[in-house]
Amino acid sequence: MAYKRQIDRLPIPPRDAKVHNVTCHYCIVGCGYKAYTWDRNKQGTLKDNAFGLDLSEQQGADGTWVAPSMYNMVKQDGKDVHLAVVPDQDCVVNSGLVSIRGGRMAENRPSRVTGTQQQRLSDPMVWRNGTWQPTSWDDALDLVARVTARIITEGSEDDLLLSMFDHGGSAGGYENTWGTGKLYFGSMKVRNARIHNRPAYNSEVHSTRDMGVDELQYQYADYEVTDTIMIVGANPLETQTNLFLNHMRKGLENGARFIMVDPRRTVTVNAAEEIAGAENVLHLAIDPGSDMVLFNALFTHIVDQGWTDSDFIANSTFRNGEAVPEDAAHPSGLGSLDYALETCRTSTAEAAEICKVDEADIIKAAEWLAKPRDGARRKAVIAYEKGVIWGNDNYRTVGSIVNVALATGNIGREGGGCCRLGGHQEGYYRPSDAHVGRPATYVDQLLISGGGKVQHVWACDHYKTTLNASQYKRVHRKRAEMVKDAMDASAAGTREQQVDAIVAAVNAGGLFVVDVDIIHSQIGQNAHVILPACESNEMNLTSMNGERRLRLSEKYMDRFGNSLPDCLIAAKLAQNMERVLRDMGEDAYADQFKGYDWETEEDAFMDGYHQGNPDVTYDRLRAMGNNGVQEPVQGYENGKLVGTERLYMDGVFTRHGREDGKALFCAAGWRGLQAPGKAQERASHKFWINNVRANIFWQNQFLDQDNDFIQDRFPYPFIEMNADDMAEMDLNAGDLIEIHNENGSTQGMAYPTDTARRGQVAMVFGSPAGSQGNVVNPGVNELILPDYKHTWGNIRKLADATPAAKAVSFKSKEYTG
Amino acid sequence: MRCKRMVDIGRRQFLRGGALAAAGTAAATVTMTPARAAPANAQVDYPSNRLANTADLAVNEPMDIEYPDADSPGVLIKLGQAVEGGVGPDGDIVAFSTLCPHKGYNLAYNDQDRTMNCPGHYSRFDVEAGGQQVWGHATQNLPQFTLRVDDNGDIFAEGASDLIFGRPSNVL
Repeated sequence: MAYKRQIDRLPIPPRDAKVHNVTCHYCIVGCGYKAYTWDRNKQGTLKDNAFGLDLSEQQGADGTWVAPSMYNMVKQDGKDVHLAVVPDQDCVVNSGLVSIRGGRMAENRPSRVTGTQQQRLSDPMVWRNGTWQPTSWDDALDLVARVTARIITEGSEDDLLLSMFDHGGSAGGYENTWGTGKLYFGSMKVRNARIHNRPAYNSEVHSTRDMGVDELQYQYADYEVTDTIMIVGANPLETQTNLFLNHMRKGLENGARFIMVDPRRTVTVNAAEEIAGAENVLHLAIDPGSDMVLFNALFTHIVDQGWTDSDFIANSTFRNGEAVPEDAAHPSGLGSLDYALETCRTSTAEAAEICKVDEADIIKAAEWLAKPRDGARRKAVIAYEKGVIWGNDNYRTVGSIVNVALATGNIGREGGGCCRLGGHQEGYYRPSDAHVGRPATYVDQLLISGGGKVQHVWACDHYKTTLNASQYKRVHRKRAEMVKDAMDASAAGTREQQVDAIVAAVNAGGLFVVDVDIIHSQIGQNAHVILPACESNEMNLTSMNGERRLRLSEKYMDRFGNSLPDCLIAAKLAQNMERVLRDMGEDAYADQFKGYDWETEEDAFMDGYHQGNPDVTYDRLRAMGNNGVQEPVQGYENGKLVGTERLYMDGVFTRHGREDGKALFCAAGWRGLQAPGKAQERASHKFWINNVRANIFWQNQFLDQDNDFIQDRFPYPFIEMNADDMAEMDLNAGDLIEIHNENGSTQGMAYPTDTARRGQVAMVFGSPAGSQGNVVNPGVNELILPDYKHTWGNIRKLADATPAAKAVSFKSKEYTG
Repeated sequence: MRCKRMVDIGRRQFLRGGALAAAGTAAATVTMTPARAAPANAQVDYPSNRLANTADLAVNEPMDIEYPDADSPGVLIKLGQAVEGGVGPDGDIVAFSTLCPHKGYNLAYNDQDRTMNCPGHYSRFDVEAGGQQVWGHATQNLPQFTLRVDDNGDIFAEGASDLIFGRPSNVL
């Protein structure tokens, strides 16, 4: 039975409610919301309220409405206040639309009154006497600093393993990437770093940058005026919901055609067909991992047919053969169109065979992308995401896509673009990471092989979101346990004795784990010190979205308990490092940790982002509201920040840093499944285990795991499966099944799906109740980009559907109006 | 060919119980007015509106209703097999709001897979699973109306499980 809220009335915000600008802190799209807060003992009326509407009347479709999920009661300046977080009709990003994620921002706030999100961490905790005990910031950070300082002075900074978010929104943003970045890449030069979703510190899109093309160069309105929208390995209706509904949809209504490249049929294809008509939608359901072959064939066909943009190629792209040779840092050579095409040349017939799609459909795709219509070039937006980024041969595959956009002149122009769709928002401002090197260290493998002694983890939960997770977890737990034992054994001793015991344990193979997070995560079970962070709107936070739209999302509530913004945690840690190092007589080293006298997140912003972008301040961003300004900011005129609607409109490409300003093509040579072990794994297992997302979950469900509405819908991770495959294995809807291979096993519930192909299942990523990463092998590309998407395994039944699973709907997710 | 039966098409019967209940409420308000304001109840007072008689319903033929008032469209369906929350002799009669709890578009009933579908943004709800959102953007399941069947087979709506789109209170 579906979850019922049993709420039939909500408080009404009064006319004098405070109003705050909010950018949704979940996905890259960054929808605008308004947060209303008002005193606990006040309320508006049906006729007199903050919305200026007569609420005694039924509001029509698209009207202003506060859903129960948009309401909560939170602390503000120490007092309980009502909170309503409502989509902003005037924000150009979402025009009042709400996603199933953003619409729950209010109810996913911690509230002592309504009892929501009581899983949030409120105080620093230290492992003591067999459990985690609350303590002060001073006590917790003293221990962290003493252990860390001992390790990196007795050894080196290479003994510090770092897991660290690099994104905007949520816990990231310019304030927090700067705070952490200044600490680890400024005061220290930590090399053994990795990012929240990949096992090294690297770009997810090295090749497009090396080609001169930033991965976020268009604006969302380009979808509305284009001729063709091509989506590769992405599912925007689920994962960039209001980009699809508010921008792609308008493009389709204006006559654009839609091409989807994805082995799996998704709700995005279904919706595109509903809007544009099936005849204007082409779904290329390619064989998993064969994207590069498809794009090489499109590139070849477009060139051979003469459908290229010759002026653009002549003026804006490199013309003299090879510019960058293939080497350890470049998994393919880069250069002129002719140079790249020598390697890329693929006939449509060859591609049809390898991609397992009709040759006619490949030709149709090329025509929709580039065949001149009425003598005019076509405009096309090509967008890609995890199917490619976390897919086969990342560097060359992304390069093969950008090749097509460059050949057709679809970058830097209205109605064009070749962009990643993105996951989180962006908000990266850090000192140079050049010392990390390229390729960067494969940090997970370093940890598994016994490397590193101290690990600092910032808002990452590798238990749910790394590859080769089964092995990672076993080793991590074992190494952390050694330190827990040492801490328990020395618990009654002095701080010095305890530090000695910890150092002895890590020198014997243990790992001292410091976890900074908003909740007690799964990897946090192995932590020795846990530091409570806060989220966007419990602090002021700046980020930019997928069209580089920078906004200030304002603080409207108090931090939960004793939690702090990550940037201020980093500052406190730096100050403790300075003190401890000075006590150790390491004055010169201690001096490197000066410069963190920040009282607020705004101080961190001014110390970091503002230094590089002097026109941008909190006050100016606040005045720009939910529409903000598109980066890069060009100046400040007439009381407004002046932004950049689209990059490279002058045809000069700069992302690679080349002085000639010319874009490069990528010699994307096909070599099958690139990552080690993948081809063999495919040959020896029955099912392709696709790793997919669902709109209902934000990332690894860190807040959603404590949300009744969400957990009621999917009490276990879904595994979409063909009904005939299920029948053959005597499986019923909701049965608990296990996926297993040489890497490990994981489990979820079978979700019969009539569009699922036989031998292909799709498991939702990052679930706390079943990590798909358990069965993903450690294979990466030359630059340590993981291939989560290509996993093969066998399936067996574990149990009949539980009562919770039996109660949920297993009907098709596709609209059938 | 999919059936695209809209709930506002092919309505067979239409009983405006809401008007009577609204009048009753207004009358009650007048008598309460004098000396001091009456404290509001913790839960809104729902009208008891007669929607139909069980004899009026055929399996899988949705009937348009309006509850708790004429501005709040809904649907009454006899599913043919007992479901949790279903009423009537077969335990199979359910009623839901037909305003999508995402953005308030009118939902359409698909009688083949027995879902309510939103043409606005493609959300869908399973009427055989308590209005659970199968897939979509709403942050709640479809408001389900609480039903009672009397000895004569008359079906009354007397409450709702969730807030109806477009109003701060289910009873305005």
